[in-house]
Amino acid sequence: MSSSLAVLPVVAPAIPELFAGAGVLGLVLAGAALGDKSYPFIRWLVMLVLAVTLVLVYLASGTHAEAFGGAFVSDGFSRFMKIAMLWGSLLTLIIAESYLKDTRRQAFEFPLLILISTVGMMLMISANDLIALYLGLELSSLALYVVASFDRDNVRSSEAGLKYFVLGALSSGMLLYGASLVYGMTGEIAFAGISKALTGTASVGVIFGLVFVLAGLAFKISAVPFHMWTPDVYEGAPTPVTAYFAAGPKIAAIALLVRVVEQAFPGITSQWQQVIVFMAIASMGLGAFAAIGQKNIKRLLAYSSIGHVGYVLVGLAAGTPEGVAGVATYMAIYLVTSFGAFACVLAMKRNDVYCEDISDLAGLSKTNPALAFAFAMLMFSLAGIPPLAGFFAKFYVFAAAVNAKLYPLAIIGVVTSVVGAYYYLRIVKIIYFDEPKEGFVPAPIAVRFVASAAAVLVLAFVLAPAPLVTAATAAAKALF
Amino acid sequence: MSVAQAFFYLFSAVMVGSAFMVIVSRNPVHSVLFLILTFVNAAGLFLLMGAEFLAMILIVVYVGAVAVLFLFVVMMLDVDFAELKQGFAKHLPLGSILGLIFLIELVMVIGTYFVSPDAARTAPKPDTTVSNTEALGRVLYTDYIYYFQIAGLVLLVAMIGAIVLTLRHKVGVKRQNIADQVARTKETAMEVRKVASGQGL
Repeated sequence: MSSSLAVLPVVAPAIPELFAGAGVLGLVLAGAALGDKSYPFIRWLVMLVLAVTLVLVYLASGTHAEAFGGAFVSDGFSRFMKIAMLWGSLLTLIIAESYLKDTRRQAFEFPLLILISTVGMMLMISANDLIALYLGLELSSLALYVVASFDRDNVRSSEAGLKYFVLGALSSGMLLYGASLVYGMTGEIAFAGISKALTGTASVGVIFGLVFVLAGLAFKISAVPFHMWTPDVYEGAPTPVTAYFAAGPKIAAIALLVRVVEQAFPGITSQWQQVIVFMAIASMGLGAFAAIGQKNIKRLLAYSSIGHVGYVLVGLAAGTPEGVAGVATYMAIYLVTSFGAFACVLAMKRNDVYCEDISDLAGLSKTNPALAFAFAMLMFSLAGIPPLAGFFAKFYVFAAAVNAKLYPLAIIGVVTSVVGAYYYLRIVKIIYFDEPKEGFVPAPIAVRFVASAAAVLVLAFVLAPAPLVTAATAAAKALF
Repeated sequence: MSVAQAFFYLFSAVMVGSAFMVIVSRNPVHSVLFLILTFVNAAGLFLLMGAEFLAMILIVVYVGAVAVLFLFVVMMLDVDFAELKQGFAKHLPLGSILGLIFLIELVMVIGTYFVSPDAARTAPKPDTTVSNTEALGRVLYTDYIYYFQIAGLVLLVAMIGAIVLTLRHKVGVKRQNIADQVARTKETAMEVRKVASGQGL
């Protein structure tokens, strides 16, 4: 009896993950026993499990605590990122309902796979050594490969899943190679141990390993030059899944990247900073210029997400608590904005067909003023036009870069965001000033709700930025 | 020469010989059978080194599952081995360079033991107080329980993914219903009819 009580504190920090993991196992059994008809039931239960997990994460103290012999860490930073990421999973299930119904893919495995990938991402955010990092990443990625090709009778969806899988396996290989080099050179797998072993000048082997680890993680956040899969996968995957890709996995991978560089490699900051600065500049540039010629709205949002990853990396490149706070704020705001934008894309349905061309939006302001307004506000926010939330997100990361004396990076960031504003504003122009086309059918209430709630949040952020910024600042402090 | 040494040379010689036969035998089925012989001898070598758990796993997993799977593949797929071997002469130079590199690496690894005898001493000593199985169990289920469980979840995802992407329920397929079969009686299953001779039913 006493021994079991002594074990409890060892797993206590991981209680939300244990709950969600137990939920996965229970619901797999329930789904298998009840068969195909169980979809609505399983979907509600998965949402319940996600909601309870969210509450458990909220209730966690946020103080630094380790579990499973130091493989798992829970602190203020992981709490912030997990809350954002769990909202992403919940919103995905909310907006996916009507789409799955229309594509006749209401299989109970869909909510289950979202739940499994969520568990994987929670483990990623809380990873505290190289093995936990890899396993969490692989658990979430494998589930994501499957949901990308969930619409299996659609050629583009299958292609998206296959492409994501092949390139994802390649990036996992690079990550593992880098991790093995880091382990070989430092003799440690725990982040704390690696950071202790790396004092003074780093050997070439460690830098080699660091670059490979960063390459593997850059693939997951689709930073240039590891972004090639993003437009094809975003375009081919079912739209709710694309919305999920743009939010949840990105938040988790960014959180993991921040933790790796700040906790495992703080001793060789100058080494990883170069890599991050390069990826930031390249991503911002590509995001700004490559999106201009796009005709498909999902492809455009894919390039937009590459650009936004570049801005997030600006905050990380600063390497200061202020920069990490900027990263956390940026991800939370980007989550809301991109979910709103994808909900708007889901509302583009005409005669039982989901439209994806930007030209289909022509004159939306005449046929559906509410949707047009929400879409326009979200585009303005993505462009970073004050006083919308997207402006503040960019402001915090650029301010951190300036305070860290990274002036060229901040200037390039501002220039690319001006270039990027062109294609966001072009969408607004098409919506408001082009000749109206036939209107869209009224969107389901869940999609309308998510789109309008996102627009309202983006508009209202300027009134009360304090709660989010305070929470992000507190989260960033946990890492330093 | 002690008994253990004699067995070492026996297992090693048979293993090298059968490994050689795996690549030279013309019949692919013979290749797989020689592969099984190689595995069994490797298991014998593990036993001599005191790694009884690894020896049993080698037999159970490799001989019992993997080699039989190979056998199935070889017998069920129509692989034209003559065609596969056609480029043998063409790729021989590249192959021999690769082989030479591996040989050099092997010499270098073994060479360390002669150049610096201390290297062997830095290798961790086996814990003789517990059995292999117990030591592995401790590592897997106590120290690394976290990783072990996540790895289990990863395999679960692979299973769910394979099912959800490929399983299709066809309509009109007759399925076996064991309860119905068992519930059949002589009355429902058989019918006795009078058949007029020379006419049939």
